[in-house]
Amino acid sequence: MTQASTDLHQLSVAELARQLRARKLSAVETAQHFLTRIRRHEALGAFVDVNEETTLAQARAADAALAAGSAGLLAGVPIAHKDIFVTKDFVTTAGSRMLAGYRSPFDATVVTRLAAQGAVTLGKLSCDEFAMGSANENVAVPAIGHSAPEPVRNPWDTSRIPGGSSGGSAAAVAARLAPAASGTDTGGSIRQPASFCGITGIKPTYGRASRYGMVAYASSLDQAGPMARSAEDCALLLSAMCGPDPDHDSTSLDAPTEDFTRSLNDKLDGLRIGIPKEFFGEGLAADVRAAVDAALKEYEKLGARLVPISLPRTELSIPVYYIIAPAEASSNLSRFDGVKFGHRTKDYTDLLDMYKKTRTEGFGDEVKRRIMIGTYVLSHGYYDAYYLQAQKIRRMISDDFQQAFQQCDVIAGPAAPTVAWKIGEKADDPVANYLADIFTLPASLAGLPGMSVPAGFGANDMPVGLQLIGNYLQEGKLLSVAHQLQQATDFHLRTPGGF
Amino acid sequence: MSLTSADIARIANLARLELRPEESERMLAQINGFFDIVEKMRAVDTRGIEPLAHPMATVSEVALRLREDTVSEPNNREANQQSAPAVERGLFLVPKVIE
Repeated sequence: MTQASTDLHQLSVAELARQLRARKLSAVETAQHFLTRIRRHEALGAFVDVNEETTLAQARAADAALAAGSAGLLAGVPIAHKDIFVTKDFVTTAGSRMLAGYRSPFDATVVTRLAAQGAVTLGKLSCDEFAMGSANENVAVPAIGHSAPEPVRNPWDTSRIPGGSSGGSAAAVAARLAPAASGTDTGGSIRQPASFCGITGIKPTYGRASRYGMVAYASSLDQAGPMARSAEDCALLLSAMCGPDPDHDSTSLDAPTEDFTRSLNDKLDGLRIGIPKEFFGEGLAADVRAAVDAALKEYEKLGARLVPISLPRTELSIPVYYIIAPAEASSNLSRFDGVKFGHRTKDYTDLLDMYKKTRTEGFGDEVKRRIMIGTYVLSHGYYDAYYLQAQKIRRMISDDFQQAFQQCDVIAGPAAPTVAWKIGEKADDPVANYLADIFTLPASLAGLPGMSVPAGFGANDMPVGLQLIGNYLQEGKLLSVAHQLQQATDFHLRTPGGF
Repeated sequence: MSLTSADIARIANLARLELRPEESERMLAQINGFFDIVEKMRAVDTRGIEPLAHPMATVSEVALRLREDTVSEPNNREANQQSAPAVERGLFLVPKVIE
């Protein structure tokens, strides 16, 4: 062992993969190092399941493949999965009492694809129940080392939320409990927690990554993506995660697998960065604005040009999203009826009573709210006024982006209007949570790739993320634009105190 | 436009949820709070706009994929039923539906 195991957790995915391939590190010692850190920092509440034996067995297999010279690109690299991806070897709860203790008979495609490249799974990460939330406060299952459900804590300030719904993923990567994690993004659930925890995360074009085995929230919006410290690491992971899955996901795109690391070093000379004026209005906190402006100045120094653009329906994206997503959720979550899997109530008189009691006990408040909204907007007499109207405005929002991309190559702005707030601050005010999603929702509705890149720090030294949005299938460009910023800045390398 | 507590009861029944009276009241206030921000959306002129179901349909034709109707999955009954609440002889048990 040549690598001092004390700072192994500071290595990037790319560097870990290199050292594992050169046999300077073994997959087993790497996995053990991270498992020890996960136990030491249980107080964060980031992990909801670990299974040491399974992890070490996977690590031994990776070491054997490395010795035999048949190893994949990520052989021995430990990662953790958001607990929304189904896994055979770990429980899958989607953060819900409805699925407490549930074990899937199969692995999600994203899990299988990363495993095929030799990645080793450290465990499952906390998230908002069924990925519905922006603060990771809507989690209904206890994290490891805890007896009751607790919100995940932000490693930069443990009295604050990590963002959501991929809050466990963001907190684990920021605290160096895993070099990278999977996440999912329906309305911002990768980009916003990445921003709040000072890490890098990308949501690819809708349909790039298979949705097979992702517990469904809103099927026309849900996308998987990686969360890691750097754009380079995200590029490595995204290359492994994406690709057609025609037998399992009817909305999977035919776009071939790509090596997103290939374009990382493309220069920015002449790059046109669109700056939507609606992202810099009065709702944007001054500290976030200052950090974002500084990042944009850095881009100008690197040879890019800032172009003013307009996304006029930015504000409308909030009601449009919060009609469409709950509508799809109310349909998707009708499968939880206490018959084939998951929770069933103890006492009931007949089938209808069993359904009602089971669902009432199994779902948390936010999930019930969204099921209610969704059921209402799809019900007889209201469908045209709400759901259909929202789908029409969804097209107008998407068309606005295509207009904007005639003037620019990528779009940049804040990922969220503020830095991470205090635990409990907005817990009783669902609409306040919805309004805070304003900058991530437009790209979600349009199905465009988007990412968050550490851009500095705001009030109370909390991280600020710069959001980058690209046109369809332009993930390679987005990642290179992010990588170039990370060659000139070191915000993505900063570690929260105590970790 | 505001919902009433009768609407909440009707929707809860459709959604197969039971709400206690105080939950029902809170839900009514929260959902009405939400519909305040929806009003702006209803005022938008969308005449002649096609609804968008698949986001990529903005730039290209998207046809949902079909596959041959052939058996592709092996019989995994035991594994598939391992998390079922009540199973007997390979069948899912539910309360009596037909008298």
